[in-house]
Amino acid sequence: MSTFTTNIQLVYVLAAACFVIGLHLMNSPGTARRGNQVSTAGMAIAIIATLVILIHEGSVTGVGWTVLIVGSLLGSAAGLYSARTVQMTAMPQLVSMFNAVGGGAAALVAVYEYIHDESLPGGVLGTTSVFTVLDVIIGSVTFTGSLIAAGKLQGVITGSPIVFKGGRALNVALAVIALGTGAYMFTTASLPALLILVLASLAFGVMMVLPIGGADMPVVISLLNAFTGTAVAMAGFVVGNWALIIAGALVGASGGILTKLMADAMNRSLANIIIGGFGTGDTAVAA
Amino acid sequence: MTTELLTDLTIFVLAVLVGFEVISKVPATLHTPLMSGANAIHGVVLIGAMVITATVSAPYAYVLGAVAMAFAAMNVVGGYVVTDRMLHMFRRRPAVPAARAAHHDEEVAAR
Repeated sequence: MSTFTTNIQLVYVLAAACFVIGLHLMNSPGTARRGNQVSTAGMAIAIIATLVILIHEGSVTGVGWTVLIVGSLLGSAAGLYSARTVQMTAMPQLVSMFNAVGGGAAALVAVYEYIHDESLPGGVLGTTSVFTVLDVIIGSVTFTGSLIAAGKLQGVITGSPIVFKGGRALNVALAVIALGTGAYMFTTASLPALLILVLASLAFGVMMVLPIGGADMPVVISLLNAFTGTAVAMAGFVVGNWALIIAGALVGASGGILTKLMADAMNRSLANIIIGGFGTGDTAVAA
Repeated sequence: MTTELLTDLTIFVLAVLVGFEVISKVPATLHTPLMSGANAIHGVVLIGAMVITATVSAPYAYVLGAVAMAFAAMNVVGGYVVTDRMLHMFRRRPAVPAARAAHHDEEVAAR
């Protein structure tokens, strides 16, 4: 490991520590705002460190920089504008939107890596493909799932549970298709299989959230948030970056605990919410 | 299993355990800001997007890279700004009753 790489890894450790401390400070009202600032500082450190790597390597082409800068500027502008202008009451759906794009980005990282590696003579590496497949599945499910959750809260889609005949069977079928295709991809590098995997996972995300009632939506968003964390950790394995693995695993685990706390606060069991439609107090439509 | 993968897995498992421990008893009013704060942290996927975008060399890759960058940047920037807004509004609320209580105390003392 060169001195440069070592220094960058140390900076990543600092960023990861900021995330952990920041998240911990957010546990109590008095320190919550400072916690968010510590976490923001960690993010800034991690992004700057990565920029330094890219500049140091010097292998990024002009087009690469253009794509990088244009993409980040567009995203930042959209994020900043929507975060600044959103009504206080509409915040949960905005968080869900941000969660959706986060999951989408994690899935895209894996999709890109897969297509990129597939074209190489060595093909897709066996062990990495496990994480690639998991990243694509979890990221895609969160992407559409969070969009549906945001749509329900915004009232674009009806807030009451949408249950139709054969919905459960379709869910199971989609899950089987996604997992089966994923397992196939461990052994064979195939672009059509990747496409099927993405589509099945996207459809599963929609189908997972549709039957859940509006009142349970915040808990579901928290669960999807934990999913995105896990997807980001998988993306960390795919691109081989510790900062992603640590931050992703951190959010995945703490998001899971938070989801349980939220469900408990509503006197609802998590399983009950996910199965959905029953006893939500909303008008549950019988299957 | 390569050493690299083993190290990655070790880090992953330990980070998961830290994640479980870092959330303790959170008052219900902080649930949404905490969720939003965690949401902003997973925006770190921006780094992953930067790493892949750095290697783009074909039209499909430009598109994937740009979308991944835009998505992740939106997650980071929007996530932190909206969390800060939530917490800003949150911290004002306890200040009002406190000020009122102090005022009340002064009145009592004046009598």
